[in-house]
Amino acid sequence: MKLSKEEVKHIAMLSRLELKEEEVEKFQTQLSEILDFVEKLNELDTEGIDPKFQIIPPQNVLREDVSGVSLSREKTFMNAPETDEEYFIVPKVVKK
Amino acid sequence: MELLNKSLRELNELIKRKEVKPTEILEELLNRIKETEPKLNAYITVTEEKARKKAEIADKELEKLGEDEIPELFGIPLSIKDNINVENVRMTCASKILENFISPYDATVIKKLRERGAIFVGKNNLDEFAMGSSTETSYFGPTKNPWDLERVPGGSSGGSAAAVSARSAIASLGSDTGGSIRQPAALCGVVGLKPTYGRVSRYGLTAFASSLDQIGPITKTVEDAAYLLNIISGQDSKDATSVRIPVPDFLENLNNEIKGLKAGLPKEYFVEGIEPEVKEKVLEAVKKLESLGVEIEEISLPNTKYAVETYYIIAPAEASSNLGRFDGVRYTYRAKDYKNLIDMYCKTRAEGFGDEVKRRIMIGTYTLSAGYYDAYYLKAQKVRTLIYQGFQNAFEKVDFIVTPVSPTTAFRIGEKTDDPIKMYLSDIFTIAVNLAGLPAISIPCGFDNKNLPVGLQIIGKAFDEVTILNVANVIEKELNLNTIPPV
Repeated sequence: MKLSKEEVKHIAMLSRLELKEEEVEKFQTQLSEILDFVEKLNELDTEGIDPKFQIIPPQNVLREDVSGVSLSREKTFMNAPETDEEYFIVPKVVKK
Repeated sequence: MELLNKSLRELNELIKRKEVKPTEILEELLNRIKETEPKLNAYITVTEEKARKKAEIADKELEKLGEDEIPELFGIPLSIKDNINVENVRMTCASKILENFISPYDATVIKKLRERGAIFVGKNNLDEFAMGSSTETSYFGPTKNPWDLERVPGGSSGGSAAAVSARSAIASLGSDTGGSIRQPAALCGVVGLKPTYGRVSRYGLTAFASSLDQIGPITKTVEDAAYLLNIISGQDSKDATSVRIPVPDFLENLNNEIKGLKAGLPKEYFVEGIEPEVKEKVLEAVKKLESLGVEIEEISLPNTKYAVETYYIIAPAEASSNLGRFDGVRYTYRAKDYKNLIDMYCKTRAEGFGDEVKRRIMIGTYTLSAGYYDAYYLKAQKVRTLIYQGFQNAFEKVDFIVTPVSPTTAFRIGEKTDDPIKMYLSDIFTIAVNLAGLPAISIPCGFDNKNLPVGLQIIGKAFDEVTILNVANVIEKELNLNTIPPV
């Protein structure tokens, strides 16, 4: 299965990755190869088989409704690239 | 280097008898790190000053403590794979995007080790976000194999395995999503244990593929692995996938009683692509087991030949979701020039991630996208069921399964970096175990003609680490290999 350049660019956009033109070409080849590789699964008939999303059967995890300590504001913002120590600051998204 | 060769139990006894001080162990270790790091690059961060302060405090405490008050890891320095949070220490995940990230809290496993007195000496190199089989995708440069500096240590926990092998770490914790503890352990000649999915809390481990990730020890000996597993195991309210099930004493259960156990030898694991010497050494170990009264039975795991393909749909899909959080808002790195918010995301991620991470994010995004989900992701999860059932069937007949860890010994640096699929196939024998959530251990079982270590994998039933540790311990004692590398 061969991905087109446009498809690679679309996937990159969905992945929020900016690609240079030469990267588009490189990933076009590599991603196509990987998709060809995993095609092998189609040899197997999986009709009527349930998917196994989790190995451990889902279980309820309950606890007493008591409040505990959560991450402090200081710790929450200590790695933020831009902050006023109350908010994360991002480029403006709402137009006036 | 005398202290660095000792087991955790021996170090604990020396400290209990007050024959050795924590600072003495630490200084010997720091010297060894200084001596080996220029060759190995097994550490991303060494927290020399922090560790020294802790060791000095431990020295003083030791004077006041009675023998019975000294916990298992008191004053013992450990190193940790750099995708596990250690509070107030940098955690990079070997990525440019987290180059300056400082952990705001301790992972649950770190908290548990700390409570037993451990000191943390540094963070080990890995493939970027644990995605790789050679530690070559690290933003901080590859780690070298202590047995041959031209070769890879395996991956993704390559820094941990290389350091433990070279005795520049006493013991380490790694993480295993498709073989990332076991394969580097095999390639470096040390012991690596992937516990059952749910045995150890992943709280504070940077998530890669959440339905597969598990934390486990990388150690010099099987006994050390049991020693650490005793401490890090157990249900944790901060990881809802950790299982409420009794934790046996893994150390107590190393009782050498393996006579009468049944071992399965899957015929699919000994065919194409495996180096003859790897096969030979693994089969020699099997012979040894037989001579010790273990019954050997040929079994079939027919669908494990689809494991790598299944994994390379499921793991990237989960990774594409997990790595969505690295967007330039909360986690240190943000691109400098951008036009708007979306552009800021795209540039930050393009600049911050390496190629292998980008490939996996894009594959995962594609296979989860509308119109492709059923054909890829759902299909892979169904095949996963078949792989799981294959193991279930096998375990009705046998108590454990023996296989090679990796089809080859350590390969040359650069040999597989241009061919992602070739690299993916180096995990062909380890991946099925993660898909089925089972425990497995990798131990050294010999050397090839280039004097490179060969690994043996022992796979157990879910939550039966006791059996695989016990069997591994017996083989280790029987083979009695010299696993100290020339570096």
